[in-house]
Amino acid sequence: MVEHTGIRVVHRGGSKINFREPVITSDSRFLLCGSGESVKVYSTSTEECVHDLQGHTDLVTGVVLNPSNHLQAYSCSADGTVRLWDFTDGILIKTFIIRYHIFSIHVSEKHVGVLFVVVPMANEKGSELFQLVAVHLPRSGDPEVEVGELSAVLCDVSPNPGAVSFGTGGEYIAAAKGLQLEVFFFKKQKSYRFSLKSGMNKGINNSFTCISCHPKEDCIATGHADGKIRLWRNFNQKKEYTYSTLHWHHNAVNTLRFTPEGTNLLSGGIESVLVQWRYTQENQKDFLPRLGAAITHIAVSPDGSLFCTSHADNKITIILSSVKVSAIIQGLVKDDCVRTDLMIDPRSKALVLNGKPGHLQFYSLHRDKQLYNLDIVQQEYIHEQGVDQFQVVKAAFDTHGDWLATVEERRQKSSELEINLKLWSYDEQTQSFVLNTTVTAPHEDQITAMCFSPSPETTLLVTTSLDGHFKAWLLADHSDTEESASWSCDFVGGYHLLKPGCCCFSADGSLLAFGFQEVVTVWSPTSWELLTTLSQPPGAVRDLCFGRLSCSKYLLGTSTKNQLCCWNLLTCSLEWNTPMDVSLLQADPFSENMAAFCSQSGSTDLFVFKPSEPRPLFSKKALCTGKVERAIFAPRDQMLESSEEYSQWLNRSQLYFLTQHMDLMTFSTKTEEDRLLASSKQLMVDDSVAITPFYLLLGRHKQQQQEKQELLTNPLAERTPLPQGSIAIKELLDTPAHVLPSASFLCSMFVRSLLVSSSSRSKLEDNVCTP
Amino acid sequence: MGEFKVHRVRFFEYMPTAIRAMSFNAHTERLALARVDGSVEVFNFADRYFQEKVIPGKDAHSIEALCWVGGRLFSAGLHGEITEYDLENLRPKYSLEAYGGPIWTIISNPQGTHVAIGCEDGTVKLFEVLAEGVQFERNLDRQKGRIISLSWHPSGTRIAAGMMDMIRVFDVLTGHAIQRLLVDRSVGGCKSRETVVWTVVFLSDHTIFSSDSAGKVQVWDGHTGTLVKTHQLTKWDVLALSVSKDESSVVAGTSEGTVVQFQFIAPNLQQQEKEWVRTRTFKNHTHDVRALVEIGTAIVSGGMDTQLVVRPLLEKFEEKCFASGLRRIHFPHRNLVSCAQKARLLLLQFPGQLELWRLGESDGHGKPGDILPLKTKPEKLLYLKRKGKDHICCSALSSCGGWLAYSTVSSVRLYRLQTDNNISITKVPKLPKVLRSAHQLCFSSESSYLFAASSQSSVLVISLNQSECKYVHTLKPKSGSRQPIHLMTTSVDGKWLATANSDCEVHVYNLQKLELHCMVPMYSSCPSAMGIHPTTNNLTMVHADQQIFEFSIAEKQYTVWSRKLQMQGLHNLWLNRDTPVTHVTFNPKNPDQILLHDMYMFCIIDQSLPLPDQKTQFYNQMTLRSLSEQERPSHLHAFKVCKSFQDLMCMRLLDDQSLVVVERPLMAINSQLPAPVRQKKFAT
Repeated sequence: MVEHTGIRVVHRGGSKINFREPVITSDSRFLLCGSGESVKVYSTSTEECVHDLQGHTDLVTGVVLNPSNHLQAYSCSADGTVRLWDFTDGILIKTFIIRYHIFSIHVSEKHVGVLFVVVPMANEKGSELFQLVAVHLPRSGDPEVEVGELSAVLCDVSPNPGAVSFGTGGEYIAAAKGLQLEVFFFKKQKSYRFSLKSGMNKGINNSFTCISCHPKEDCIATGHADGKIRLWRNFNQKKEYTYSTLHWHHNAVNTLRFTPEGTNLLSGGIESVLVQWRYTQENQKDFLPRLGAAITHIAVSPDGSLFCTSHADNKITIILSSVKVSAIIQGLVKDDCVRTDLMIDPRSKALVLNGKPGHLQFYSLHRDKQLYNLDIVQQEYIHEQGVDQFQVVKAAFDTHGDWLATVEERRQKSSELEINLKLWSYDEQTQSFVLNTTVTAPHEDQITAMCFSPSPETTLLVTTSLDGHFKAWLLADHSDTEESASWSCDFVGGYHLLKPGCCCFSADGSLLAFGFQEVVTVWSPTSWELLTTLSQPPGAVRDLCFGRLSCSKYLLGTSTKNQLCCWNLLTCSLEWNTPMDVSLLQADPFSENMAAFCSQSGSTDLFVFKPSEPRPLFSKKALCTGKVERAIFAPRDQMLESSEEYSQWLNRSQLYFLTQHMDLMTFSTKTEEDRLLASSKQLMVDDSVAITPFYLLLGRHKQQQQEKQELLTNPLAERTPLPQGSIAIKELLDTPAHVLPSASFLCSMFVRSLLVSSSSRSKLEDNVCTP
Repeated sequence: MGEFKVHRVRFFEYMPTAIRAMSFNAHTERLALARVDGSVEVFNFADRYFQEKVIPGKDAHSIEALCWVGGRLFSAGLHGEITEYDLENLRPKYSLEAYGGPIWTIISNPQGTHVAIGCEDGTVKLFEVLAEGVQFERNLDRQKGRIISLSWHPSGTRIAAGMMDMIRVFDVLTGHAIQRLLVDRSVGGCKSRETVVWTVVFLSDHTIFSSDSAGKVQVWDGHTGTLVKTHQLTKWDVLALSVSKDESSVVAGTSEGTVVQFQFIAPNLQQQEKEWVRTRTFKNHTHDVRALVEIGTAIVSGGMDTQLVVRPLLEKFEEKCFASGLRRIHFPHRNLVSCAQKARLLLLQFPGQLELWRLGESDGHGKPGDILPLKTKPEKLLYLKRKGKDHICCSALSSCGGWLAYSTVSSVRLYRLQTDNNISITKVPKLPKVLRSAHQLCFSSESSYLFAASSQSSVLVISLNQSECKYVHTLKPKSGSRQPIHLMTTSVDGKWLATANSDCEVHVYNLQKLELHCMVPMYSSCPSAMGIHPTTNNLTMVHADQQIFEFSIAEKQYTVWSRKLQMQGLHNLWLNRDTPVTHVTFNPKNPDQILLHDMYMFCIIDQSLPLPDQKTQFYNQMTLRSLSEQERPSHLHAFKVCKSFQDLMCMRLLDDQSLVVVERPLMAINSQLPAPVRQKKFAT
């Protein structure tokens, strides 16, 4: 699978938390959801990630609570295993190896020791047909168990886990696919199929989208693509079945869920409104509108006190049963396309990219958490299709993170392009960016590239545009007037009316390279003098990158006609070139390394190399399907001490990239994984306290202090039992009153037991004093 | 087709009136239906919903409720009288003043011994049903406020009565009210407005269903008088309720035009305990559903939008058949238009008046499908208002245009017409005494005789001439059937008269000898149209189940073509058509052609062409058009169906070989209906 064993492509940070339905634990304190290759445990009250259950080697495709132990959870993954976790302590208990690509998992209280998983019909990855199989878990003490016994329950089911549901007490299972609903009764071993008319000729799409069974009564609720909800009853008969129809959604019902008592039915769809229907009083409904994005899943806690909804913008909203939002867990917002580059905010080391419409999001990759959203467009976004609105298309940071430049554009049909260039300065007091300058129509056509000069002397921004010009913007200092500094255009340049496509500053800011179609021009940003032109036809220049550190004499360029060229700037000649279809060239800011993503026959290969030597340090074929358009080297918070040559390039920074399906992937080395695994086992926290970073910070500190104290003062001292636990009080409270001796006799004994001995008192005082 | 010049007539402003009440007799499978104008129609559900009988209405004689007692039909209305109908003579038999003010409802007990009525003055009156009539027995305890609805418990010992703001349960033996169930007023609307309990249904387990003007359907426990469940169906009224015979389903009709079904279902499949659950919603009406009947395999509903809808419950059918399709009955299954073929006149029959029109003329020529310019416009010659309170039940126009006759339940009127230059109409005085009323009227082809269908399937023959009209003879069938004649036709040569009655009997009389010639062998389905061929004198009959027979009058047997047709069987697409054929005529130029029409198509049957079998394409006009001249004959078959005219009321062939097609578009009917209740529609 890997050329260099030990380096894997993994989902880490910024993965989807809305891929599958989340699970709320039975005490409603935690929320479990699959996120990339791990299962995340969030606290429902603080929104904080408590544990990251790692162990799967592919996408996690389902999480369910263990019906026989409410402190455990099963997770299934595309790697063909089901794992049993203790989610309060974050410990992997067992691994069941099934060896099929698992799409979803279902459990029922009645079927002890049996899991129901959806696997492809034929054991091929590309198979279109899926079946629901029962997995009988073998009783064995080993942590890794091979499961042999699989028995098919239903054939041809939908891989969508929302389309399968267990009925009252696990008596039957209902599955919907296309226009057909199938109900399988376990006791009778008989299934009933009900189909709907297609209705396509009338412009109705009747097909099933989701299903939920009433927990107490025999009633199945199904959601449909035309927005209807049907409640099926009497489905143990071929003909006499009946259903009633509810209709509120104007678009497909994405998800349906009954509350545990069956009094309410929750439904959600693209309208971003949670609808709560009263069971048997269906014309009374409650709405929770303005949830921000389309609802993809609904989960209800086993006691019915909490609901949570997953949304299309990678968000989980936790809702109280009084239909009030109580918490929001926000993942990395990924639209269907990212217009800006991936960037790293030099201050917070956060990943910056498009977020909500018209916003930039700052996402901490280390903590896997969205930090904040910056409203760039500052206009109300209208949730309607077909309305052209301003979009953030470019953004750039300067080296210290003091300045942020953004470009937003709006192209209305049959009208001119509207572009705004905005410059934002970092405000230390508010700890965020404040708008400094707005330039309307900075160029006459689309801006193709934008970068800040890395030199510490000047604050210079360069923009290139399809109108054939590049512009340099300088921060003009009006120290004499009352006004604060603002930006203005300093220089407009061009080259033979060619359209510039990219620009790049050298590492020290002394050189500036532009790609004018086939020609690379190198300028001096101090004098705006054209120093040299380099050209290596055929093909327009796509990407330009200066080498760093020891390789700073090199300039690398990629062209649309499958060329990767490396020029020596000292001799102004071509050093080497290779034929490669490089879709993206990315330089590591902390080393000489460069990463080149090459698209080849539908998939992408990665080469990591130094410009000085054309031999790759690392290569990986078939990284992912489709083209990689965005990638970034993110700095590590802890350096890795890897000595192997092939993984040294990952020591200082980490390479993240976005695949065609908008999955944020990265590379992980063996040493890193070992470290993670080791750290996850250590963590033991007191159950009674909700885990917050605050607690982790102070609570652990306090504990350590306490232990230290104990060691110092009296290493052998036993902890005095708490007064409640002492034998005297137990006797006093537990013995029946009529057999107790008189109160006066007991009194002295009781008081004595409450006294604290002198040695332990000093300890307590110490504890109080330590801040 | 391009064979005929067509007069496309759209000036017949026929307007059916709203359906007010329905009652279904499960034993005989007859549905009685009352319209707002007071007319009563009887449909035979065993015979493809054929409209067997129509009893015309009467001014100021509206009907609020209908009920069957055995085979007898009773109605009651706001005029305060109970009426029993004479279904053999298609007229009210008697009316009995109830002395309780306007009557809102009438209901019979399950044993069929009594009827109960609910009156405006708050009394529930019990009447004993006797052989010759009904007789007042006693009043139940008088209440304050009117009694809107009644329902008898299947055991016959209790009656539930829906009133204003409440439901009362009476003990029939003692006559005392034993329960008082209070119905809430509407939540959102005006609190001061009383809630009208439009219908109550008493089930055998003492569950009471009620529907009211606040839009609720409520389920009550009749033992304890407690509310079990409230279903808020609509903001408007819920006007009708009906329970199935096995009491597993209740349907409710609302003012929004929806029908909502409630089913008695076990919430847990393993357990026996059942409860009422709202299940399906059907929307087949645009206006109020005023009357509703659940007949086991289907839900029959009717209301303000004048159509009768039979919505089948698909789970009751094993396979697709005629009864498993949705049926809408818009037009009566009989002719309201008569045509004078020679004089080019049309007589249009309304309940209150007759209209005589002269057809327009055109001398243009054009390609098939062209619209020809009119030389003279169609002209309304006459507007004849009926005399008396009774509505017109039938009318006739002689083919020469010289005679016009109409009948109500009380009298027959005959007029002499002159339409040549100056229009004149003179009533023929002194009609024979025997001619009191007629179910059907018909002139002989040369206008020398008037035939009037009278009681007990007999036909009165009246001879007409310029000076006087004279009773000639009464033709009587030998079968002794008492049912009314609904179809009558004469041959062109004036020799034969054929009649069909509701007992499905077809008699052929010899008019020269004035005696019964023969009786066509009985067929189980009622004839819906028939005609005698002008040259061969073969009688062609089309029945309600779409079967076609041709009977040779001279040989007193079915013709060879008819036998062949029965041997081979008719095409399924023909048999599963929606509406019955309402008229049969012949093409005098081409003796092989029979012309038929129903509401959605007209058809020319060419007897010289091969009959289609089940595999042939039945509607083949489009295919034929695409074929070349040489290939065409091999694809021809006997049934040529034309669907270019829709909502057909009548189709006749004039003597100059042009067709008259009278259409009444349903859109035009709908546009004349009052506005439906306002409903919020999404995205409006």
